[in-house]
Amino acid sequence: MSEIERADEAHGQGSTALAKSGSGVPERFENPGLPPHRHRMGDVDPQAAKRAERQVAFMLLLSVLGSIGIIVSIIGIEYNGGWDRISTSTRAIGLCMFVSLFMLGVGAVHWAKTLMPDDERIDYRHRQRGTTAEREQAVAILKEGSAEAGLGRRPLIRNTLIGALALFPLPAVFFFRDTGPLPGNSLSVTMWEEGTYLVKDPTGGRIRAADLTYGTVVHVMPEGIDELEEPLNEKAKSAVLLMRLDEDLLTPKSAEWGVDGTVAYSKICTHMGCPVALYEQQTHHLLCPCHQSTFDVTQDCKVIFGPANRPLPQLPIRVDAEGYLQASSGFHEAVGPSFWERG
Amino acid sequence: MSTIDKAAGGVGNFADDTVGASKIVNGFARKIFPDHWSFMLGEITLYSFVILLFTGTFLTFFYEPSAAHTVYNGDYAPLAGQGVSEAYASSLRISFDVRGGLIMRQVHHWAALIFVAATVVHMIRVFFTGAFRKPREINWVIGLVLALLAVFEGFTGYSLPDDLLSGTGIRIAQAIILSVPVVGSYISFFLFGGEYPGEDFIPRFFTIHILLLPAVMLGLIVVHLALVVIHKHTQYPGPGRTEDNVVGFPLFPVYMAKAGGFFFIVFGVIALIAGLVQINPIWAYGPYDPSPVTAGSQPDWYMGWLDGAVRITPGWWEFTLFGFTFSMNIFIPTTALILFVMAAGALYPWIEQAATGDRREHHLLDRPRNAPTRTGLGVMALTFYVLLWISGGNDVIAHMVGLSINDITRFMRVAVFVLPALAFVVTKRICLGLQRKDREKALHGRETGRIVRLPHGEFIEVHAPLSEAERWVLVQHDANRPMDVEDRLDAGNPNSLYGKVQRRLSRFYFEDRVEPVTPAELAAAHHGHDTEIESQEHASIEEKQGDAAIATSQKYHG
Repeated sequence: MSEIERADEAHGQGSTALAKSGSGVPERFENPGLPPHRHRMGDVDPQAAKRAERQVAFMLLLSVLGSIGIIVSIIGIEYNGGWDRISTSTRAIGLCMFVSLFMLGVGAVHWAKTLMPDDERIDYRHRQRGTTAEREQAVAILKEGSAEAGLGRRPLIRNTLIGALALFPLPAVFFFRDTGPLPGNSLSVTMWEEGTYLVKDPTGGRIRAADLTYGTVVHVMPEGIDELEEPLNEKAKSAVLLMRLDEDLLTPKSAEWGVDGTVAYSKICTHMGCPVALYEQQTHHLLCPCHQSTFDVTQDCKVIFGPANRPLPQLPIRVDAEGYLQASSGFHEAVGPSFWERG
Repeated sequence: MSTIDKAAGGVGNFADDTVGASKIVNGFARKIFPDHWSFMLGEITLYSFVILLFTGTFLTFFYEPSAAHTVYNGDYAPLAGQGVSEAYASSLRISFDVRGGLIMRQVHHWAALIFVAATVVHMIRVFFTGAFRKPREINWVIGLVLALLAVFEGFTGYSLPDDLLSGTGIRIAQAIILSVPVVGSYISFFLFGGEYPGEDFIPRFFTIHILLLPAVMLGLIVVHLALVVIHKHTQYPGPGRTEDNVVGFPLFPVYMAKAGGFFFIVFGVIALIAGLVQINPIWAYGPYDPSPVTAGSQPDWYMGWLDGAVRITPGWWEFTLFGFTFSMNIFIPTTALILFVMAAGALYPWIEQAATGDRREHHLLDRPRNAPTRTGLGVMALTFYVLLWISGGNDVIAHMVGLSINDITRFMRVAVFVLPALAFVVTKRICLGLQRKDREKALHGRETGRIVRLPHGEFIEVHAPLSEAERWVLVQHDANRPMDVEDRLDAGNPNSLYGKVQRRLSRFYFEDRVEPVTPAELAAAHHGHDTEIESQEHASIEEKQGDAAIATSQKYHG
């Protein structure tokens, strides 16, 4: 065999290459083979084996006690009647389950490790890939089969079959049509409209503009939201924060849409729709607790930090004849997270 | 014959007559499984899945998958009389009124957290030891899909109690769906049955959580395990272990006792944690309402990295074009990131195959140091993951250490790109260093700590020679080298674009390398020792030897 052929073979056969260099020293070390088995105490000393047997039995007995303990905990500890009882019961069941299951497991493992044979055995592997003969046979069978089916000879059947198979799953998609209505414009509209009163959330009750002091923040909903069929859907869009600031701090547009420094902004984050719940009175910043988008009320709720891109939409408000706050129109843009059609 | 023997004989006879049990026993009972602690990670995954099936079934007996309104009048006083959903009320009932209900819920939740964690750690083991190599590429991909499904399964599960925290999670999931270009709003409306949140998502998530995903996962797990049986388990290199055998203990009785016992150990430990450590106290969060939220809201741990990715993505990634909104500030760190991670993970076995040009089967695992580039890439990916995960808790960290949340976020925006690259370089260097240490040890033996003074006054440390078996572990591996043009003769034109990419890839992987000691090098090293003792010129020869070893590695370094 020439040098090159041997090298090729070594490349193909991998790590057990035995090709030798000129000097007669092998190129690679040879696998020294399994080390001799070392006996455990239990293998040579019957007393040690007996001791191990008793240890296993002791663990399994503890497991039995644990199992009984679970039953006793469930039946014996009154569950209803306060957190203390529930907590005691849960702890007792948990501990007994631990003893029951863990000891059963440890017992079995200890048995295997101390008493079952621990001499390593060998299984031989076979390559996943078939032998050349097997592969050729398989190819021949497939060729014969497809010749019998005649797909190659009958392109008309082949092509229509591909078409039919490609199309048959498509109707399945349409079965899902009634899983929900089409979005329409419902992502862009809320129940706020001209004349909707602002009410406190969750207590209810209209808000007098004059009652609001500087630095106040009120969680607000549109009046009548609780009478809706699905109030949560509307709450997810219509929640509003009402804040009163020194009017000079606000931008002209912001002040104009407010009443004496009282402004209303959507509480739904323009990032992912969490409620923008944290208002820092000193800095006039609104912070969303979910992803920390920060909005500056003095800059018309522009994003000053974080992953949101758009300012919180402002709700234009006014006072009625009796001094109660109401919307002077709906939101001028969609509230909440962005979506494709939002524009 | 004793009664037991007779009974066993009867059962065995029946089993053989009806399903051919004797063939099954002959084929499988003495199958050999190798022993190693790291092989138990996959077992933990499997067992926690089984525990999830048990406890989940129990929970369905009491859980009401409905968003219908009801008034809570159960045992938990602070919520008495409050309007809640059936789902929330029944989750409270399980916790407060069903005997053993709370521990079942807690075992279920803890087992879910441990299930996903064990999946990830198992994948890390498989990656770093190269267990994904031929013929196990497909099983690696199946595992990857299972990991993704596990995350979805966990998410749909913790959404079901309909409490304030889980509702916040769903709100975020809905925003992720909305951010999908073109079809986002439609998917959202079809999934939620209209506007968010609506009343349909609870029964739908319930079906997905208890039927659809578990069924798919169970099917994939069966295939995953069947492939383990077909391929036979990988083993760590060692004396007597080759690519053609598997050394270990038989399934019956040793592995049945060990693996069966380990199931109970895992179950026992999860029960202990569940009994003592509270998880997801939904009664403290209150029912879901989209307008309030609690500060410091944190998802279950496995969602943390995506939450972190979202937190550090700057808002200006969103833009409007042709009248449509491209929410890339959400789409890229969520949907696109998941797809990227899945694609990179799924393709990795073939990327490495392209670099090595190696189409052989591998049943002996790599010691991670012997694959420095792979190990470096793995640590790089983990660093990226962990940094995103940390970013997901940026508010909690800012609060704990008293730093500005804005500074932490800005730091993370840079760190997620810089630190993984750094981790790659450092890890690769550490691997190469460890390989050099292995070379030293194979050539000169192990340090004994015994200092000897030679007659001429010099101090040397005596090195004890290694046994053949000890040395084998250090020298058994293949040394991959950058591919030469001629290596690719069988793979088509080496000057094609693919050929060029493959060669570059191969250089990237194997240009820096330390090759294992060969018998010739060992002989030369020993020869050196013999002469040096005779001539008592230990120092100068030892230096030469040292130089030679470094030169080898430097040459390969090149």
